[in-house]
Amino acid sequence: MLAIVRRPFFWIIALVIAIFVAAPLIGDDVGLRESLILAALYITLASNINLMLGYAGYINFGSIVFYGLGGYICVWLVSAHGWPLGASLIAAGIGVSALALLFGLGILRLRGAFFALATIGVNEGVQAFAENFTPWGGSSGIYMSPAAFKPLGGPAEALWIVYFLMVAVMGLSLYLSYGIKSSKFGLGLLAIGQNEDAAAILGVPTPLYKALVYSASAFLPAMAGGLFFFKSAFIQPSDAFDLTLSTEAIIVAMLGGQGTVTGVALGAYLYEELRGYLLTSETFSHFQLVIAGLLLLVIVLFFPSGLMGWIYSRFPRLQKVLP
Amino acid sequence: MYGILASIVDGVLVGLVYGLAAMGLTLIWGVMDVINLTHGAMIVAGMFALFLIVQAFGVSPYLALPPVLIGGFFAGVLLYWIAVHRMVGRPPLMSLLSTFSVNLVLIGIGTAVWGTALFNVNVSLPGLTVGRYTFPGGHIVAAVLAIVIAAALYAFLHYTRMGKAVRAVANNREAAELVGVPTTRMLAISVGIGVALAGVSGVLIGTLFPFTVLSGDTYELKGFVVTVLGGLGNPVGALLGGVALGLLEGLVAPFAPVSWTLIIEFALFVVVLVAFPTGIFASRRGSL
Amino acid sequence: MKTVTLVAAATIFAAAAAPAFAADDTITIGFTGSRTGPLNVDSTGQERGYDFWRDEVNAKGGIDVGGKKYKVKFVSYDDQSVGGRVQQLYTRLINQDKAQFLFGPYSSGLVAAAAVISEQYGKIMVDSGGAEEKPFELGNKGLFMVITSASHYLSGAVEALKSKNPHAKVAMVYSDDPFSKTVLAATKEQAKKAGLDVVLDESYAPSTTDFGPIVNKIISSNADAFLGGGHYSDGATLARQMHDQKANMKWISILVAPADDKFAELGDAAAGVTVPSQWELQVNYKPDFGPTTAEFAKAFEAKFKHKADYHAASGYAAGVVLEKAIEKAGSLDPKKVTDALNATDFTTFFGHIKFATDPGHHGLQTEHSMVLAQWQKAKDGKLARQVVWPKAAQSADLIYPINAAAMH
Repeated sequence: MLAIVRRPFFWIIALVIAIFVAAPLIGDDVGLRESLILAALYITLASNINLMLGYAGYINFGSIVFYGLGGYICVWLVSAHGWPLGASLIAAGIGVSALALLFGLGILRLRGAFFALATIGVNEGVQAFAENFTPWGGSSGIYMSPAAFKPLGGPAEALWIVYFLMVAVMGLSLYLSYGIKSSKFGLGLLAIGQNEDAAAILGVPTPLYKALVYSASAFLPAMAGGLFFFKSAFIQPSDAFDLTLSTEAIIVAMLGGQGTVTGVALGAYLYEELRGYLLTSETFSHFQLVIAGLLLLVIVLFFPSGLMGWIYSRFPRLQKVLP
Repeated sequence: MYGILASIVDGVLVGLVYGLAAMGLTLIWGVMDVINLTHGAMIVAGMFALFLIVQAFGVSPYLALPPVLIGGFFAGVLLYWIAVHRMVGRPPLMSLLSTFSVNLVLIGIGTAVWGTALFNVNVSLPGLTVGRYTFPGGHIVAAVLAIVIAAALYAFLHYTRMGKAVRAVANNREAAELVGVPTTRMLAISVGIGVALAGVSGVLIGTLFPFTVLSGDTYELKGFVVTVLGGLGNPVGALLGGVALGLLEGLVAPFAPVSWTLIIEFALFVVVLVAFPTGIFASRRGSL
Repeated sequence: MKTVTLVAAATIFAAAAAPAFAADDTITIGFTGSRTGPLNVDSTGQERGYDFWRDEVNAKGGIDVGGKKYKVKFVSYDDQSVGGRVQQLYTRLINQDKAQFLFGPYSSGLVAAAAVISEQYGKIMVDSGGAEEKPFELGNKGLFMVITSASHYLSGAVEALKSKNPHAKVAMVYSDDPFSKTVLAATKEQAKKAGLDVVLDESYAPSTTDFGPIVNKIISSNADAFLGGGHYSDGATLARQMHDQKANMKWISILVAPADDKFAELGDAAAGVTVPSQWELQVNYKPDFGPTTAEFAKAFEAKFKHKADYHAASGYAAGVVLEKAIEKAGSLDPKKVTDALNATDFTTFFGHIKFATDPGHHGLQTEHSMVLAQWQKAKDGKLARQVVWPKAAQSADLIYPINAAAMH
């Protein structure tokens, strides 16, 4: 693992993190911070879904369930039990990963499309549960009072702290992605993605690896969810478990190049910028879905390896430097 | 007591329509291992076709069935050539994504044109009243039609040459190719039929409940649950699976708070997926 | 050299200050509307209300701020009926678009989301589209709700029902969303206090499409009266299915849906259905200033080719409340405007407006109240809404019982 520190990509990631931290600080630009925190979120979600999608070849349509559950656990601990933010985030991450392991043991026996559908079922089921679970406010959700920001120094300071934590989570996601890809574990996953049965015969412990990666892909999104809903001071089931976000994460991963670390991050950033523009453009906000759909269709039909695939075909040397 | 019986009957009636709604999905899935994620959008298309036809021509809603059947078939063939043809044989991930993207485009256009307003088609048929409970006439007619269409599909698949060719392709594409079956044409026809079925079920659902452009998602999800219950690629299974789902929804209400219906539905979905990957009512996968 | 630098510096300062002067005579108000998504139909009414107010104010030259007139400018976006977007967009409205004041979006869930952002940045937000109390009970400084809040929605219906049938059996079936749950929870208490018998109390998932099993359950409960619903699609479907399955309820009150003119498309299923409304065309409060109901309705219909509904009226009221507060404060300073808003106490065609000012309930509406409207068949057979409660405001008598025998 330590050999990684000598690879250029390790430092490229560090540079990206540094840029994210420094850019809004210069000039105290709150507007930039708000748009970068979204970019960081998309990069986090896309990188983590890539672990299942790009490496092991399993589509997790319902990956948003990690984000939503993480959000609920964190907000609930902070507002109902007065826990500090840091501890709540870690509890959310661990709790959701553990649950993922549990669910995973059940549904990872399924292949391909069945697995994809089962993940939707899990998400919808958890949402229906949250809507009926009174300690979590049922369908009204949980409202955090502004007092929750006091330990962090008030709302303005809290928003900055949340931002830096999100950048940290993004950084960890990128390192996790890179670390796995460079390891024996990652090799095993890629083998599973190519041909699961062959991988099993050749000695890759497929059930264990699948369960591990599923659980690992839950940890950081759960923390991201905790951060995001803490920042929003308000969580309700329809927002927490909205399939649109996990769909977008998949599109982003495909757009950038599934299976690559750089591609996914780049795709996430570009998509978020595009989305931000579409969101506020009067003409296009109606057509956001149409544009996203067309984009995806074109990628799937003609550029299945995404942006990165195209770049690699032009500059093959980059494949070593920017995995 | 009668309340429970009423719920059971109602559940079966609506369930038959759910089954029809799933039939197109299961057919395409069974024949070419492709999950058609535009299914929901096609159901909505059927609903809107019903609305437009009734509004423009003022005819009985059931007269919308033939045009939707034919139009749906051609739409399906078009869909095949755009999004599915290149994906046959590639990892299932690709076809999932390609049909999904077409779905996004269709729903996006739909909301741009019609917004999310609610549309309603009034169907006033005499219902069947037993005691204090009434079974609306529309429900009964829709259920009967669902059975008729399912029977027609079964007959097509088992007693016509083309139907047998479709089943051959579903069973083993290479072998079918070898014996001279024009596989690409059969695949296109299967998608055509699958989409036509989705459209027709949309028409029937439109006679039962009000709908919006976004309604397709709910029925698509139900379609998945039904497909899983009834077995991949098994139209008769789809009908039975639909009835099972309808029964479940009807039976929860008298015994438990109605809000638990969805949770139970999805829990069942996941459990069945894991325990019976080929469906509860399934015969071997790949045989229709 | 020094002179040149000084002149250059002066020019730069002047140039930097100039845009500030140019921007001085507009007030920017920001908000989001649900132009797409499930809340679209109701949100449109509210936005029209905002637009109508802005055009009226600007036609007079603008709002009078301490002697100088400021025109009103809107910056608005489509929130697509999604809470997450609401927060991003309001953050943008505040930070990038420099909105000085905010209007709320439509629906309780979205208003709660926007309220957080408004409070985080210390802004004033006037809410005309979200009736749930919870966001106002967390300790806010700048939120103001001009409409009647959720717990009072059905209190009029309960009173009216009691006056016709003191021992009515009530079935409450409602959507599992924050707004509807709050309304029906409060209604249950009010019904019990009034001596009515609540025989069924259940919520359904908002995405429910088939209400058949639920209607059967209502029939089995032997209820006389139905109270419930949620937003437009479920309310309309419930009404239709109760009719198709011949539930024969003597009284039906459904939230939100029947307040829309589209509800008439349900034909016989709509007849007799009552709806709590923030405002109806027949309501006749005497305004302290501004147009009467009739004047407003006429001008609105002329402008938008669409009848005014309560969403539009409340959107307009939000604008008026802000306008009067700014005029009273004589300044755009948030603290002064907040104080002026806290002192609001007047009647417009929409009703009497006054806000609670204690920290635990700041901004909740204390004076405005709901009316109950009922769909009734006119002599020519066409359906129209009439105000039936309170008696002082009614335009037609309440019809009870409403089942088929009484309607024809």
